Amino acid sequence: MSSRMRNILIPIIAVLLGVLVGTIIMIVSGYDAVAGFQALWNGAFGDIYFTGEVVRQVTPYILAGLAVAFAFRTGLFNIGVEGQLIVGWVAAVWVGVSFDLPKIFHLPLAVLAAAVAGALWAFIPGYLKAKFRVHEVIVTIMLNYTALHITNHFIRTVLSDGKERSENIATTASLRSPFFEGLTEYSRMHWGIFIAIICAIIMWFILEKTTRGFELRAVGFNEHASQYAGMNVKQNIILSMVISGTFAGLAGAMEGLGTFGYTAIKGGFTGVGFDGIAVALLGANTAIGVVLAAILFGSLKVGALNMPLEAGIPNELVDIIIALIIFFVASSYIIRWFIDRISKKGAK
Amino acid sequence: MEEYVIEMLNIRKEFSGFVANDNITLQLKKGEIHALLGENGAGKSTLMNVLFGLYQPEAGEIKVKGESVNITDPNVANDLGIGMVHQHFMLVDTFTVTENIILGKETSKGGVIDIKTAEEEVRKISERYGLAVDPQAKISDISVGMQQRVEILKTLYRGAEILIFDEPTAVLTPQEIKELIQILKTLINEGKSIILITHKLKEIMEVCDRVTVIRKGKGIGTVNVSETNPTDLASLMVGREVTFKTEKTEAKPTSDVLLINDLVVKDSRGVEAVRGLNLNVRAGEIVGIAGVDGNGQSELIEAITGLRKADKGSIKLNNKEILNLPPRKITESGLAHIPQDRHKHGLVLNYSVGENMVLQTYYQKPFSRSGIMNFKQIFDKARSLISEFDVRTPSEFTPARALSGGNQQKAIIGREVDRNPDILIAAQPTRGLDVGAIEFIHQRLIDQRDNGKAVLLISFELEEIMNVSDRIAVIYEGEIVAVVDPKETTEQELGLLMAGSKRQEAGEETNV
Repeated sequence: MSSRMRNILIPIIAVLLGVLVGTIIMIVSGYDAVAGFQALWNGAFGDIYFTGEVVRQVTPYILAGLAVAFAFRTGLFNIGVEGQLIVGWVAAVWVGVSFDLPKIFHLPLAVLAAAVAGALWAFIPGYLKAKFRVHEVIVTIMLNYTALHITNHFIRTVLSDGKERSENIATTASLRSPFFEGLTEYSRMHWGIFIAIICAIIMWFILEKTTRGFELRAVGFNEHASQYAGMNVKQNIILSMVISGTFAGLAGAMEGLGTFGYTAIKGGFTGVGFDGIAVALLGANTAIGVVLAAILFGSLKVGALNMPLEAGIPNELVDIIIALIIFFVASSYIIRWFIDRISKKGAK
Repeated sequence: MEEYVIEMLNIRKEFSGFVANDNITLQLKKGEIHALLGENGAGKSTLMNVLFGLYQPEAGEIKVKGESVNITDPNVANDLGIGMVHQHFMLVDTFTVTENIILGKETSKGGVIDIKTAEEEVRKISERYGLAVDPQAKISDISVGMQQRVEILKTLYRGAEILIFDEPTAVLTPQEIKELIQILKTLINEGKSIILITHKLKEIMEVCDRVTVIRKGKGIGTVNVSETNPTDLASLMVGREVTFKTEKTEAKPTSDVLLINDLVVKDSRGVEAVRGLNLNVRAGEIVGIAGVDGNGQSELIEAITGLRKADKGSIKLNNKEILNLPPRKITESGLAHIPQDRHKHGLVLNYSVGENMVLQTYYQKPFSRSGIMNFKQIFDKARSLISEFDVRTPSEFTPARALSGGNQQKAIIGREVDRNPDILIAAQPTRGLDVGAIEFIHQRLIDQRDNGKAVLLISFELEEIMNVSDRIAVIYEGEIVAVVDPKETTEQELGLLMAGSKRQEAGEETNV
């Protein structure tokens, strides 16, 4: 079996196994599994409103997944997507509430602010890694907390007078789409999905087609050979983190300018950045894979909200299924072993 | 009838259409050292991995002590008394010798590892076979030669009767090789049987009883070592006549291409490894640097190529100072470099052969235009280099990782020579390669010289230095201590110079 075929089969089998084990858990816990999955499906696609909500959820998932995948393809593990997303969110909202500009300038400026904020936040671990060989995983984890608390302070002092949340952003900075809202019975689906898809194409283009992408991947695979070949290893490490952070910051803009239209003090992380790791993993760190995985996880997340209402099953069950899928992807060795056995038998 | 401990009969192994082993037969007698000889990529390792249970053959039969067996995985091989000493050691650096040896077969008392008993056992085996290994030493603290002995101990501890050695001398110093040969003989005296995978003819002649030759995946035959000679073996292996002496005309050196003055370079620990070194290499000549490993060769190359910062001195390439310039600037000034460690520096193993062929030129036209790669041009270029330099690869899209060592090296040499550099730095260009590939590479270096280019060759193999160089510079403790003419010196004299004797003394001692 070709390795390409196998790379496509493994995530699919992982998803099926995750669903299978999820079913078993439902049955063992005394729930009606068929009703559960029906509720899950209906919650995601049973109504055009829900489908709009799925797209809304998929949008930041794509961008967060791209952020993780891009760094990973260039040899870096960006655990800090969550933090970069939060600073992107707040930066976008800040531009959204403080300027008075026509939409053609205001919206791009707000989106750009999120991108720059995320990029800067990712520049820190990139620089520390390139300059002092500090491991990016440690720095990015710490910067997640730093981002959370600094932005909370910023919301309290700059974006409001000691309040819990900012003003709503000006409509000129909003990604909200009356067209999509009308189409989906007033879901929160917004224009951001186009930004996410364009970013997926950009990631594919940078990595596969550009000279810079050739360098970035080479540095990710083998720093020594890259240095020998005359590439600037340090510059490429920093650049990789900055591009990754840009995607993460844009994911924040989706929430700030699209879904919510404001920002509020957070007691904890949004989780989108961390889910991005799962999305990237399931999507095998490719652009198209990330988009597909984001669609799956987005549907599961949104559909799950319907499970307690329609089938009386706690929606945490979907979190378990998602965790199981990740588990099976991560232990793809087992699946690979099965595929090899089956294809060998078929050949004999 | 003679007693065979292992018989591999008509083994065939394919990898998705590519036949790695085609009808190969190998029969190992009890108490013999049996060499398995073949070029890089001939299928030696595949055959041994079949025997060790890592691969399943498509056809053929394996018999152990006359009985047909089915070796499904390495554990089965272990149980049958087959042990393998891998070329790349499989040891945990932070563990002690004993901990490594018992790994997977731990002796325990009530759930706690009983290290004392194990140490005693290891010490006993070590003494019996004259291995002199300290069971309590940490792997990271012992030499490569010692680590190899730990690998040998590991197989003996598991009760191996048949030991497979995969290129055991590739990583050893000449002294360690002598000791290993002694160990092999002891093992035979103690009733073990040995298969030695190698392409070094000298070793076969020295220790082996019989030799099985394979070429391009096909079994060529088995001969008694006492009835053959290195020349015949070499022709059997490559399938044509091989000359050991490299043919070349007189060098016609002209002006200096590389001029190094008073160079000082520190190693990674901050100790001066190159101490005020002076050297020149002229166009149209090959200068060989002879020396024992660790006398500053690596640091010298890294300083010249820009991979390591030098502390003092001057390096001029075509009369332009290149000291401490970034590697790309130096490359663009007309320097090419065949690195010592092809996996670490020479190749991005996950990249295709084609992508590796443009590792230094990917950003130039026609491979890249306004920042966009032109893969068609890249793979066209790769195809022509692959055929010109006889790189055996299924295609230009195959990952470099999948190629054998010799073909990886040919790819690197093709890439470097093709840039038409004014100076080519070749660091151990033939390490781990077979005679056919060595001959090819030496010829390429000489062609480069004949085209009026300069070549700097660094090698630990005196024979190679003597054969290829037009001038030999001896490096000792970071300085060039002598420059000699290969026609007017001997290996003995070089050996003494490399050990730190002055020219005059060396000359006198060899005359006595």
